Amino acid sequence: MSGIVVNQDKIKDVDLAIGLCPFSAIEVKNGVVEINAACKMCMICVKKGPEGAFIFQEDEKLEVDKNLWNGIAVYVDHLDGDIHPVTFELIGKARELAAKIKHPVYAVFIGDNIKEKAEDLLHYGIDEVFVYDNVELKDFRIEPYTAAFENFIEKVKPSTVLVGATTLGRSLAPRVAARFKTGLTADCTILDVKENTDLVQIRPAFGGNIMAQIITPNHRPQFATVRYKIFNSPERNGTGNGKVSICEISQEKLYSSINVLRKSQKELEENISDAEVIIVAGRGIKKEKDLEMINELAEAIGAQVACTRPLIEAGWGDPRKQIGLSGRTVRPKLIITCGVSGSVQFKAGMNNSDVIVAIDEDPKAPIFDVAHYGIVGDIYQIIPSLLEKIKTK
Amino acid sequence: MEITVCIKQVPGTTEVKVDERGNLIRDGIDSKMNPYDLYAVETALKIKEKSGATVNVITMGPPQSEAVIREAFMMGVDEGYLLTDRKFAGADVLATSYTLSQGIMKTGKPQLIICGKQTTDGDTAQVGPEMAEYMGIPHVANVKKILEVKENSILVEMDMPTTLETVEIQFPCLITVEKGIFQPRLPSYKRKKETKDKLITYFSLKDFDDRDDKNYGINGSPTQVERIFPPESNTDKETWTGSGEELGNKLFEKLAELKFI
Ligand SMILES: Cc1cc2nc3c(=O)[nH]c(=O)nc-3n(C[C@H](O)[C@H](O)[C@H](O)COP(=O)(O)OP(=O)(O)OC[C@H]3O[C@@H](n4cnc5c(N)ncnc54)[C@H](O)[C@@H]3O)c2cc1C
Ligand SMILES: Nc1ncnc2c1ncn2[C@@H]1O[C@H](COP(=O)(O)O)[C@@H](O)[C@H]1O
Repeated sequence: MSGIVVNQDKIKDVDLAIGLCPFSAIEVKNGVVEINAACKMCMICVKKGPEGAFIFQEDEKLEVDKNLWNGIAVYVDHLDGDIHPVTFELIGKARELAAKIKHPVYAVFIGDNIKEKAEDLLHYGIDEVFVYDNVELKDFRIEPYTAAFENFIEKVKPSTVLVGATTLGRSLAPRVAARFKTGLTADCTILDVKENTDLVQIRPAFGGNIMAQIITPNHRPQFATVRYKIFNSPERNGTGNGKVSICEISQEKLYSSINVLRKSQKELEENISDAEVIIVAGRGIKKEKDLEMINELAEAIGAQVACTRPLIEAGWGDPRKQIGLSGRTVRPKLIITCGVSGSVQFKAGMNNSDVIVAIDEDPKAPIFDVAHYGIVGDIYQIIPSLLEKIKTK
Repeated sequence: MEITVCIKQVPGTTEVKVDERGNLIRDGIDSKMNPYDLYAVETALKIKEKSGATVNVITMGPPQSEAVIREAFMMGVDEGYLLTDRKFAGADVLATSYTLSQGIMKTGKPQLIICGKQTTDGDTAQVGPEMAEYMGIPHVANVKKILEVKENSILVEMDMPTTLETVEIQFPCLITVEKGIFQPRLPSYKRKKETKDKLITYFSLKDFDDRDDKNYGINGSPTQVERIFPPESNTDKETWTGSGEELGNKLFEKLAELKFI
């Protein structure tokens, strides 16, 4: 079986060896250095440990024939035919990836009464849209949606499948990936493709200030989810040379033990993902009351207020206003961060903004790595001074 | 009725950092129950109080994950199962879900499986749906409210981006619950004393129906971490220093220049 093999005689300093692992997965049992179940296969011990002490041993794997899997597919996320904009962003990325490896771009569209809408997708550069249109697919219920998706994959055999990391996508993509016993990487922030069609998936990882590059070398299709506002939307063009194919699946596959009894529209709320100007409050804000200063600034320049996770956890803000990996992704024209250190998880949610202004008193704060204007100083002095200026304008 | 809740131990307040040489460092071995899983446990206990049920928790992890099972006991959970084996190491989402589904099948036949919305370390929100697929049962994610528990089904409110949906799901099924569905109770000192020596059931690969080690840990993980690296920084930037007042003025000028004021 593959795994990390420990060569005891190559380990001179046991404590040093134990200290190599950031996950406390190296331990000594009866005088023998072992790797326990906490191992995340990050390979740090292999790379940084004493020569030959930790060796990664890999079994021969069953190779998948990658030539049999062709095309980059995008799942069309929609509600009653209203297509979620993340879909277009993914189509743009899919075209970029497909061009590199000369693959076609596909879309899979599952729902009820959606045939007409499918035509429109062709104008974004899709080669073929596969439509599953059936009353049983009106509401999102996991079994029939998975069945339709499965049918599409079996028929088309796409090399890569991209799904928007919406509430629906996060429920559907893992289900389909597990059905094909293949890999899925959630919330990718960068995607690329290798010549051998392996999808290069990059995202923040291990809950730390670090990025990981992830591949799915021996399985097809390769699944990735991406959040809204990570990639650019392509322009709609006139031609639309692709085609729409209507697909059928047997009625019994559409059976579900889920029944949607009622569906009510939520009140439309301000959505920070669509804001043009955002002010972010971070832990540099000492007291909840001091948020007034941030609100005042936001009002003065017509911005929306967002927060980092610690503030949300403290109950100072609405969770829908959290920016970052476990919050929202934003891409405004201007974002001003106030007392935000700039963890990878935070930056993953905002580093594509047009203009980034960061105010932080610590010149070493990582937020300055992404800021266009890095202001080193005390928010409690800078913001009042700015407000004063705006008022007396 | 039998309910199984999936819980995970995650790093506590201290986060993993990277040093100058790109090494991961983690100070302290501080760890706690994934905060989202507290809501899952609470949901199960609320159902137990109302309709009567046995509530079990299950976790996959190293032996020290026992701590989160003890914590669940202190909240009022009945039984705890720990899936631990070197062969589970390096599991990605698919292998984790498979291991958990094998483990749950060994513990009995729960009608309802409850997962947290996501973990604070893995942060994928995918283990629940993948597990449901392996067990061949329906799932509903983002459950915001439990409306009614019936003999053969459960009524829940599901939170979608623009709609709230009332959904009835037949048992057996899996749900993942939102933060805030119920306020998690605090562990009780009395129960801590009572459950101090309570037995936790350990399972390793040899206890499962499927003992093929190709399906677990790194072998059963289709995804591979190819490299890790510190985040990039942009080079096109200006840094300003000065007194608060100067900086405030300078920012005003800049915002005016960019036509935001
Ligand atoms: C899996 C995972 C997902 C996560 N997801 C998210 C997420 O979605 N969003 C998110 O925000 N976080 C997320 N986090 C948490 C993240 O790692 C950081 O802990 C968090 O972003 C830090 O918030 P902060 O910058 O406000 O606080 P801190 O890191 O404490 O930074 C506060 C900053 O304020 C500065 N400061 C203090 N006083 C002043 C002053 N008077 N004037 C100017 N500057 C001052 C300090 O120098 C410091 O740089 C996640 C973590 C994990 C593990
Ligand atoms: N190792 C594990 N052991 C038990 N449950 C887990 C484990 N990993 C994930 N889960 C469950 O799956 C949910 C989603 O986790 P994740 O996909 O990592 O965000 C968690 O809230 C838990 O309920």
